[in-house]
Amino acid sequence: MSASHTLSQGIESMEVTTVSDRLSRKLVRNIKERAIEAAMFAAASISVLTTLGIIWVLVSESYHFFEHVPIWIFLTDTMWTPLFSEPRYGILPLLMGTLTTSLVALGVAIPLGTIIAIFLSEFASPRVREVVKPFLELLGGVPTIVYGYFALTVVSPVLQYFFPSLPGFSMLAAGLVMGVAIVPYISSLSEDAMRAVPMSLREGAYAMGSTRFQTASRVVLPAAISGVLSAYILGISRAVGETMIVAVAAGMQPNFTMNPAEPAQTISAYIVQVAMGDLPHGSVGYQSIFAAGLSLMLMTLFFNILGHVIRRRYREAY
Amino acid sequence: MNQKELAAIRGTIRSNRRLDIIFAVAGFVALLIGVMAFVTLFAQMAYNGWERLNPDFFMNFPSRRAANAGILSAWVGSLLVMLVTAVSAVPLGVAAGVYLEEYAPKNLITDIIEINVSNLAGVPSIVYGLLALGVFVYAFGFGQSILSAGLTLGLLILPVVIVATREALRSIPIHIREGAYGVGATRWQVVRDHLVPYSTPGIMTGVIIGMSRAIGETAPIITIGALTFIAFLPPMPISTTAPFVSFDWLWSGFTVMPIQMFNWTSRPEEAFQQNAAAAGLILVFMTLMMNGVAIWLRYRLRKSISW
Repeated sequence: MSASHTLSQGIESMEVTTVSDRLSRKLVRNIKERAIEAAMFAAASISVLTTLGIIWVLVSESYHFFEHVPIWIFLTDTMWTPLFSEPRYGILPLLMGTLTTSLVALGVAIPLGTIIAIFLSEFASPRVREVVKPFLELLGGVPTIVYGYFALTVVSPVLQYFFPSLPGFSMLAAGLVMGVAIVPYISSLSEDAMRAVPMSLREGAYAMGSTRFQTASRVVLPAAISGVLSAYILGISRAVGETMIVAVAAGMQPNFTMNPAEPAQTISAYIVQVAMGDLPHGSVGYQSIFAAGLSLMLMTLFFNILGHVIRRRYREAY
Repeated sequence: MNQKELAAIRGTIRSNRRLDIIFAVAGFVALLIGVMAFVTLFAQMAYNGWERLNPDFFMNFPSRRAANAGILSAWVGSLLVMLVTAVSAVPLGVAAGVYLEEYAPKNLITDIIEINVSNLAGVPSIVYGLLALGVFVYAFGFGQSILSAGLTLGLLILPVVIVATREALRSIPIHIREGAYGVGATRWQVVRDHLVPYSTPGIMTGVIIGMSRAIGETAPIITIGALTFIAFLPPMPISTTAPFVSFDWLWSGFTVMPIQMFNWTSRPEEAFQQNAAAAGLILVFMTLMMNGVAIWLRYRLRKSISW
C-alpha cells in the first residue's frame, strides 16, 4: 500500500468518523509502531545473542574438557595426540602451527598489501585505480578452499622444484598462499585510510618539493597509520582463523616446530579433522575441539582489542 | 651557493627521484604478483578441469570412480543452503540495520550492539561452525541438516548485511525523511515507503557480497558435520499432491560445492584432482559472477543517484 493511498483513505474516512473513533485509531497505530520497533530491536539483538551463544558454547564445552584435562597440562604439554589410545592434549604444537603459518602469510601480505595500497593511493592514475580496486575485491572473494587447492597442486610442486627437500605438505606453501589470499583485505583497508588523509597535507609536501615517494612515506603513511595498523590487525585475525588453506596444504599432523619447511597442523585444521570423523557427542575428543576453538577465539579477541586500542591511540583528527 | 653545494643538492634530488621511480616499479610489480597469482590459479584449474565440465558432471552423484563422479548433490545442496541463508539473513540484517540507523536511541545498549556487530565481523568462520554444532545441531536438535547449515551461514553474513544496510540508509539525505514526516507519516511508514525502497540497491550489493562469501565457506559447514559422500537428493520442496509444498528438505542431510571440492582435493589420485579443479572452476565462476554483479550495482548506484 503506498503512502498517498493511505493518506487519501485517511482523509475520506476522517469526515465520517467521530472523535473517539479517531482516538482509538491513533492508539492502534501507536501500538503497531511500538510492535514494529520492538521486532526490529529483537533483530538487532540477534548479533548480541550470537556472541553470547559463541561464548556459552565454547566455555561450557571447554569446562567439561578441562575436567578431564587439567588446564596447565593443556597449556604446557608439547604433544597433541587426541586420537591415540593414550591421548595427550597439549595445545602448544597446534599453537605453533597456527603462529608459523600466520607469520609466513603476514610476511607476504603486509609488504605486498602496503606497497599496493601506497601505489594505488599515491601513484596510480584514477583510471588504473578504477580497474584494479574491483579486481582486488574479486581476488578477496575467491573461496579459500580454491586457494587450498592452488597451494597443494601448484605452489607446493613449484617450491619443491627449487627446494627438493621440501615435503609435499608444508607450512611454507600454505602460508605463502594464505598471504596472497589476505593481500586484498590489507591493501583495500590501508588504501581507504590513506585516501582519507586530507589533500592539503599532500599539497603541502609537494609544495616543499617532495617526490611522490617522500610524500607517501613521510606524510601520508604516518597520517594514516591508525587505519593501516588496524588493516594489519584484521589481516592477523584472518590468518590466525584461516582454515581450509592450511587444512589442505599444511598436512594434518601436529608438529612441535616453528620451521615453515615442515608439515604441521593448526588449531583450525584440527577442528576440521575431528569434525570430519565421527567422534561421539560428549566424548573428550568432541570437547577438545571446543577447547581448541576457545583458544582460537581468545587469540582473535586479543588482536581485535589490540586493534581498538591502536585506533584510539594513533588516530589523527583533522 | 658554491658549485660543491649545488652538486650535492642535485645529487640528493637525483637519488630521491630514483627512489620514487624504484617505488613506482615496486608497486607495479606487487600488483603484478597479485594478478599473476590469480591468473595462474584460474589457468591451472581451467587446464586441469576443463574436460570434466560436461553435462554429466552436473547430473551425476559423487562416485568411487573419478570419471563417473559428479556434483549433482553438491550444487543442489549449495542452492538449498543458500536459500535458507538468504531467507534468514536478509530480513534480520535489514531490520537490524534499520533499527540501528533510524530507531536506536543513543544509549549503552545501542553502543553494545554496535561494537558487537563490528567484532562479529572479525570472528573466524570456524568458530561459527562450533557455535552451530553446539546450538543448532545439539541444543536445538536440528541435526546435521540443510537448516543448520543455512542458519549458520546466515549468522556469518549478518554483519555484512547490517553494515551494507546502514551505509545505504546513511546516504539518503535527511530532507527525504523530513518531507515524509512533514506530511504526517509515521516512522514505520517512512521506513517502509521511502527509506527501504531507496536503499534497495545498496542493500542488494551487501547481500550479494555476503552470499558470495557464504557460498564458498567450507570450514563452518564441515564443523557442523556435513557429510562428504552424498548419493541422494533432499526431498522435493514441491509435490503434485496436497499440501503441494513440503519442508522436509530442511531436515535432510546434504553436501555443498566447497565440501565436495575439499573431499576430492584430499585424495591422492590424479583423476580426482581433475574433478576438484572442475568443481573449483565452477565455484570461482559463481563467486566472480556474484561479486561482479555487486560491483556493477555499486558503480551504477554511484552514477545514477541524484537526490
